Amino acid sequence: MLEIKHLTVAVGKVEILHDVNMTINTGETHVLFGPNGSGKTTLLMTIMGFPRYKVLKGKILFNGKNVTSLPLDERARLGMGMSFQRPPVVRGVTMRDMVTACLSERANEENIRQMMEKADLEHFLEREINYGFSGGEIKRSELMQLLAQKPLLTLLDEPESGVDLVNIALIGKLLNEILGKDCPIRDRRAMGLIITHTGHILDYVNARTGYVMLKGRIVCEGDPHEILRTIKERGYSECAICRI
Amino acid sequence: MQDINLDSYASADKELPYLDDLSTLSPEDKARMLEVGIVLDSENQRSGTFLQMDNTPVHTCATQKGVEVMTIRQGLEKYAWLSDYLWKAVCKDSDKYTAHVEAKQGNGYFIRALPGVKTEYPVQSCLYMTKGESVQDVHNIVIAEEGSELHIITGCASSVEKEGGAHLGVSEFYIKKGARVTFTMIHRWDPGVVVRPRTGVIVEEDGLFLSNYVLLKPVRSLQMYPAAWCVGKNATARFNSILIATPGSEMDVGSKVFLNAEGARTEIISRAITTGGNITARGYIEGNAPEVKGHLECRGLILDGGGIIYAVPELRGTVAGIDLSHEAAVGKIAEEEVEYLMARGLNRTEATATIVRGFLRVDIEGLPPVLGAEIERAVQASEQDVM
Ligand SMILES: Nc1ncnc2c1ncn2[C@@H]1O[C@H](COP(=O)(O)OP(=O)(O)O)[C@@H](O)[C@H]1O
Ligand SMILES: [Mg+2]
Repeated sequence: MLEIKHLTVAVGKVEILHDVNMTINTGETHVLFGPNGSGKTTLLMTIMGFPRYKVLKGKILFNGKNVTSLPLDERARLGMGMSFQRPPVVRGVTMRDMVTACLSERANEENIRQMMEKADLEHFLEREINYGFSGGEIKRSELMQLLAQKPLLTLLDEPESGVDLVNIALIGKLLNEILGKDCPIRDRRAMGLIITHTGHILDYVNARTGYVMLKGRIVCEGDPHEILRTIKERGYSECAICRI
Repeated sequence: MQDINLDSYASADKELPYLDDLSTLSPEDKARMLEVGIVLDSENQRSGTFLQMDNTPVHTCATQKGVEVMTIRQGLEKYAWLSDYLWKAVCKDSDKYTAHVEAKQGNGYFIRALPGVKTEYPVQSCLYMTKGESVQDVHNIVIAEEGSELHIITGCASSVEKEGGAHLGVSEFYIKKGARVTFTMIHRWDPGVVVRPRTGVIVEEDGLFLSNYVLLKPVRSLQMYPAAWCVGKNATARFNSILIATPGSEMDVGSKVFLNAEGARTEIISRAITTGGNITARGYIEGNAPEVKGHLECRGLILDGGGIIYAVPELRGTVAGIDLSHEAAVGKIAEEEVEYLMARGLNRTEATATIVRGFLRVDIEGLPPVLGAEIERAVQASEQDVM
């Protein structure tokens, strides 16, 4: 379970998130909508624990443990994982190095090969990570690393943006495996929080709850399909005045 | 770069006995030699061996037909023509170090591949400095005859008991038409040793010279600027170097290539890491003929410790129709990259080590796997010094 309580976050001197509350129960996937610059990425980065994002107030509980001031890598080892929208190129560090890190003690030739195949990246094993990758390749590589990492909580920042139709099906398939969609609900433990701009991702994952974020606040919480329909019909301006 | 007073060193003129069986060397010496890629206990992955201790060659052998491994003096006795190659690729009066080697008549290896002969395994040569404070004067010649292929691994090292001393090494390479030479040199010195290699390479038509240089352990002072002249059409020279400067180490290292014939090519790649020492990383490419192409890449990484990296890439073009370029970057490890790896569960130290290992990974085209493995091993062994 992920519990976010009264979270207020600043980047530099600017307060970006204000009093954010959210609960994701074990086995649930939630989606986060919101216009550009509303603070969605900031929320994900804060949950994951990137040091640039300073928690001024509130706390983050992960399976009951207060992780608010835990370093990034410790959160990763507790079972949090994130896909990057624009991951850095790390010269000389190969895809093999990354998958090996993600698989951790499960790293062996067979498992590495299996991961690469699942993401259609067999030929990328010795490539320098993200160097000269296309948009679709970056998405697939990010999801493949998550698949190898097997996090309990998966944080995804616009996984479908800039992906063509051929890739989106593969990405949907990877997502389902990461989030354990094929696993019966009562046994499902994987949790997800997905930022989506277009809502396309709703066709591929079972999202339980949706949120709308505006100017660093969560202004709406409810059925994700219903929220998406409202946004499509009336835009985010409606959310600003709507108080269901 | 600090001046070296060669008169302050003792002369190491004492002749050492010839060693038939190198496995009788002390375990410490053998371990040092192994660190620089010299395998003495089983030579089955080598097509020849040369070992010089201080100023005496103590062992030479060649195990492949068509490959010659001997001392320069033996070579001069055997072949009158060899004197024509002496001091042709390196000028004897370039500086006081070459002059010293000439005055002392420095001995060293003469390695030659006969026309069309291709070595399966590398020839290994080791220049070893035993204890004491003395000067080692070395003069080497490598000739790859037309159409031959020769791989050499050279390990230069000082013994565990070494306090100081100077290594002066003149090396001349002659790559004939269509021949290919890979020359992999691993250095392993001690904090008191000063090193002045002087290297010249002449590459003829369609010839290839590929040099890999690895220096990972402390050295008091190292200065070298090997030069290659691509004199034949489509001649190629490539230099890769990997340098790690720990506190107290001073290095001024570069490679120089003159593209003097149509279609000649070069690539100079260097990776420098400082954990407190100072590195000047140079590169110079001169294009003197049409349709030549050269690229210089120099990347430096400054880790904690207050070291300095000074990158000096230089290009000079004297005719139209050439293509020369360079890129140089000096900096620290990007925090964004460390965080990316940490988000995958590596701790900060592991993430940094992975990035450093990646930085030092230079893909070397045309290098036999056994030599690639030696470089990889040497780099890995030094990781603990960096972290
Ligand atoms: N590193 C940063 N430095 C300064 N401002 C930032 C930084 N990251 C985000 N912001 C600001 O925070 C706000 C929210 O950004 P972000 O979380 O990226 O929004 P979204 O993902 O919803 O588009 C924006 O106004 C953005 O300019
Ligand atoms: Mg965003």
